[in-house]
Amino acid sequence: MENQVLIETKRLKKYFPVPAGFLHAVDDVNLTINKGETLGIVGESGCGKSTLGRVILRLHEATSGDVLYDGMDINNFSADEMRQMRQNMQIIFQDPYASLNPRMTIGQIIEEPLKLHKIYKTAEERRARVEELMDLVGLPMRSYNQYPHEFDGGRRQRVVIARALSINPQFIVCDEPVSALDVSVQAQILNLLMDLQKKMGLTYMFISHDLSVVKHISTNIGVMYLGQLIEKASKNDIFNEPLHPYTIALLSAIPSTNVLEKSHKIILKGEITSPINPKVGCRFAARCPFATEKCTSENPEFVEAKPNHFVACHRWSEIADGTLKYNQD
Amino acid sequence: MDKNVVLDVKNLHVHYVTDDATAKAVNGIDFQVREGEALGLVGETGAGKTTTALSIMQLIPDPPGMIVDGEIYFEGKNVILNTDKENQAMRGNGVAMIFQDPMTALNPVMTVGDQLSEVVLNHEKVSKAEAKQRVIDLLEIVGVKSDRYDDYPHQFSGGQKQRVIIAMSLLCNPKLLIADEPTTALDVTIQAQVLDIINQLREQYKMAMVLITHDLGVVAETCDNVAIMYAGQIVEAGTVREVYLNPKHPYTRGLFDSIPKLDDDSTELIPIEGAISNAADLPTGCYFHPRCRYCQDICKTQQPTVKGDHHKFMCHFDLFSKEEEK
Repeated sequence: MENQVLIETKRLKKYFPVPAGFLHAVDDVNLTINKGETLGIVGESGCGKSTLGRVILRLHEATSGDVLYDGMDINNFSADEMRQMRQNMQIIFQDPYASLNPRMTIGQIIEEPLKLHKIYKTAEERRARVEELMDLVGLPMRSYNQYPHEFDGGRRQRVVIARALSINPQFIVCDEPVSALDVSVQAQILNLLMDLQKKMGLTYMFISHDLSVVKHISTNIGVMYLGQLIEKASKNDIFNEPLHPYTIALLSAIPSTNVLEKSHKIILKGEITSPINPKVGCRFAARCPFATEKCTSENPEFVEAKPNHFVACHRWSEIADGTLKYNQD
Repeated sequence: MDKNVVLDVKNLHVHYVTDDATAKAVNGIDFQVREGEALGLVGETGAGKTTTALSIMQLIPDPPGMIVDGEIYFEGKNVILNTDKENQAMRGNGVAMIFQDPMTALNPVMTVGDQLSEVVLNHEKVSKAEAKQRVIDLLEIVGVKSDRYDDYPHQFSGGQKQRVIIAMSLLCNPKLLIADEPTTALDVTIQAQVLDIINQLREQYKMAMVLITHDLGVVAETCDNVAIMYAGQIVEAGTVREVYLNPKHPYTRGLFDSIPKLDDDSTELIPIEGAISNAADLPTGCYFHPRCRYCQDICKTQQPTVKGDHHKFMCHFDLFSKEEEK
C-alpha cells in the first residue's frame, strides 16, 4: 500500500556563511513524510535538526535542493503564494516563555493568525473560533483575558498549540515542544499532540533530543549527525535493528529507569566535530570504532538497506549481519 | 550515631522572605548520606532541590533566603552554626559542588589552569608548581589533555567544560560532592561520558555524593538511594531498587507513568494533572492533594506523617501495599 506523501525534500542544503567558510547546517537531506504520520528527528545539539525544520517551512531559504509540499516545489513560490501556503504549515517552538507576546491576552494571541489570514469576516466569528480552540487544547474560558505571565510552562505551550491550529494547518513542525517542561506536564502536552493528530489528521515533524519522547510519538525516526541524515526507518526498526554505528551508540547512552537490567553503555570517544567546511568522508568517522580508510576518503551514500530503512554507512551490511559489533567490556 | 554518616540533614526548613510573600521552598526534610554512598534527589522545577543543596553549602542568598529551622551536620558538625571562615574552609575542601550550567560556572577572563590552581593554593599550603602538577594530573583523569592548561573557558566545548568543573570540584579530595544537574545541559552521548567519569572517581576516592536531577534514568544508573521531592518535602525515599520497583507515593507513581518507556511502547502516558503549587501559597493538608487522583477528605486538612522504616513515604494511605504481596 502506498501512503500519500505530504512533504518531500530532495538534496536539501542550507549553508550559513561564517568567517572561516561555510557552516553546513543541513547537508544533502532527502526525506519524505506521509500524510497523518509523525517523523521524529533526533540528534545532538548543533546537528542541524532545527535548521532542517525551518528550511522545510521556508523560514530559512535553502542554499540548494527542493522542498515539495503535496508535490509543489515551495522554494519557487512568490511571496504571495507563500503567504497562502503558510496556512497549511505551522511551527511550535521550544520555549513557550519566549514565543508569546507578553502584552497580548491569550484571546488576542490565538486570534491573531485568523486576522492575518482574513479567515473570518466578523469579530464574533473569530471569537467563537478562539473559544472552540481553547476548548480543544484544554484551556478554561476564563483564560481568554489573561496574560501569558499568569501561566506556567505547560499552559503556555497549550496556547502556542491553539495558535498554531487556529488556521487549520495540515503540517506542523514541533521543535522541541516539551523540552522546557517538567515530566508530569510533558506527558500532558504529548498526549494532547497525539489526540489532536488523531482528531484532525495532522502531519508532524517532531524534533527532539530526547529519544524516549521521540519513540513515543513518532511513526518514523530520522537520526541526524553534523547536518546529514544518517539513518531513517520506522521507530521499531531504529530501536530494534539500528544499522548506523552512531545510532547504536546513541541508543545505548539513554539513561534507563529499568533497575533490574543494567544496560551496556557504549561510551563514544571524543565529541561532535565542527560543521564548518567538513572534510570529505563520513562525518562520524573520527569517533567511529569501525572506521576504515574508505570512511575518511569517500562519502557514504544514503541507501535503502532494507525496505523503508535508509542508512548512510559504508559498512552497514556488516553491522546488519552481526560481523561488526561494539566491544562488550 | 553512625560513624560513617558524612551528611545528616534534620528537619530543614528554608524560606525566601520578601515584603509581599514568604515562599516556603524547603519544608522539613530529613536525610543522611554515608561514606561512599550516592543519593539521588529527584523532583520537578520548584521542588526545593537546589535550595537544599545551597543550604548544605551555606550559600543560600540572604536576604531573601533564610534557614528558619533544622540542622545540617557535616562530619558531625552543624554547619548552620559555622562562622564565615569555617564555611570557607569547608567549601571546596570538605564539600564540593558542581553547578548545572558549565557555561557560567567558570571565569571567562582567567585561563582554566589558573582558576584550578587557585583552588588548591587557597585551601592548602603548597607551591605553585605543586598546585599546577595536581591540576594537570586531575585534568588527565577526567580526560582533558594537559596542553589545554593555558586555554580560556570559551575555547572548550560544553562537555569539556563540565569535565574541567568536575576536576575543579575534586582538587581537594572532598568527602562529599553535591552535583546539581551536572549533565542536564549536555547531549546524551556526552552525558554518558561524564556520568562514567563521576562513577569511576567516586569509587576511587570513596566519595559520598548528592546528585540532584529531574531525570529518573540518570539516578537509576548512578545512585544507591533516592529521595523524591515535592513542594519542599521528601515524599518518598529508599534504595533505588525499592523505590523504582515498588513506588508507594502517588506522586512517585505519577512520575513513572509520565515518562515514555523505551522498552515498552504500547503504554499510554498518564500525566499528573495540574501543576506544582506556588511555594508562597501552599495548600492545606497534604501538599500534593490538589493533583492526587486518590485524594480523600483527610488529605485536604491533615498533613500526612512519614510512614515506613527504611523505604519511607509520606501519605495517609498505603495505597499500593496489595500489589506488593503478589
